[in-house]
Amino acid sequence: MDGIHDMGGMHGFGPIIREENEPLFHHEWERRVLGMGVAIPVPVPGGSRNNIENMDPAHYLSSSYYEKWLHSRIRGLIDAGALTGEELETRVALFREKPDAETPVHPNPDAVRAKFARRRPAASAPPPVDIRPQFQVGDPVRARNIHPAGHTRLPRYVRGKTGTITRFYGVHNLQDAELPAGCVRREQPLYAVRFESRELWGESAEAQDAVYLDMWEGYITPAQSDSE
Amino acid sequence: MNRQRESVRSESDASLRTRALESILVEKGLLTTDTIDRVVEKYEKDVGPLNGARVVARAWSDPDYKRRLLENGTAAIAELGFAGREGAEIVVLENTSTVHNVVVCTLCSCYPWPVLGLPPGWYKSFAYRSRLVREPRTVLREFDLHLPDSVEVRVWDSNSDLRYMVLPERPEGAEDLTEDALVPLVTRDAMIGVARIDSPLE
Repeated sequence: MDGIHDMGGMHGFGPIIREENEPLFHHEWERRVLGMGVAIPVPVPGGSRNNIENMDPAHYLSSSYYEKWLHSRIRGLIDAGALTGEELETRVALFREKPDAETPVHPNPDAVRAKFARRRPAASAPPPVDIRPQFQVGDPVRARNIHPAGHTRLPRYVRGKTGTITRFYGVHNLQDAELPAGCVRREQPLYAVRFESRELWGESAEAQDAVYLDMWEGYITPAQSDSE
Repeated sequence: MNRQRESVRSESDASLRTRALESILVEKGLLTTDTIDRVVEKYEKDVGPLNGARVVARAWSDPDYKRRLLENGTAAIAELGFAGREGAEIVVLENTSTVHNVVVCTLCSCYPWPVLGLPPGWYKSFAYRSRLVREPRTVLREFDLHLPDSVEVRVWDSNSDLRYMVLPERPEGAEDLTEDALVPLVTRDAMIGVARIDSPLE
């Protein structure tokens, strides 16, 4: 989606602030969110990033990294049927009223786990034998100018731009919510594509530098090289 | 004008919601408090940039390992026992006297956890995510890295599920150091690509 998360090239966020001796976590609750985020055996329907990208833009910009994780996990658990919003709000209200309240612990977690645990789909399936890369290293390609409303890994700043294939990474599962038009399967060749800074930023480009992006075959079309 | 107050409120709200969520998940039997503790301790104690530093030191010391690392980062990194979440496939980029690689994730904050641990705040910041692809040299100068025009800057946007790690250039004066002695020279920032490795002679 053309959301606030797609930040490549935007102005207005100021200098990069670095914290001296930055701790891994700034608050105890961030530790718990990281731990839960990694350990919860319930996959997030649609993916955790999708939930973050669908946050209200003002909320996205005003939330810290771990607040986004928390938001995404809560949304995912509700969507998976493992939690209701009412349950959560009731518990929040309880702790607000009685900070020392204790809560019961489930004596036998196995049954509950089994109910929700299902295999996470592999990010990269082994390549089916009949998938052959359409492009070779050195081929000029153009990033498609498409604007998927759902989750996509094709950043706005590269759409419609021309680059060069520099590396073939094998076959990987496209992570977009919907397959781009013309694609018949999720397993696609993935390439490193080099885009010259001048191509991306025009006269504003800083120097003869380049940006490399990972492009699934469904993201690119053949292009004419400059020399042709 | 109430920005600070709002941020404090949202902070305590996040803390409350986290506690509520954890208590419900524990109550439902989906998690135990110990499981959460173990995950966090792993990232606090075991998974951090020291892993990446070991990989770099090995590559500087062993040309065969370096070749394997650049060909198949994931497999070569696994040789040293490092693998896991956010590292299903890791690609290693070699910095040289003429090419400087630097890594960002404009869409999210993707980062090679098995070799570098959890990302620092600045890597996740909107400023870094938005600016590096457009003005890498200006950004690197803010990190006090001044590259001559003869060095080409390559920015890698981690937009797929691959994760990138930079193999920094071995500094002058480190030729005679053993692999173990090289490890402490290697910094996290150099493996992201926003720094070079200082010579041990300086």
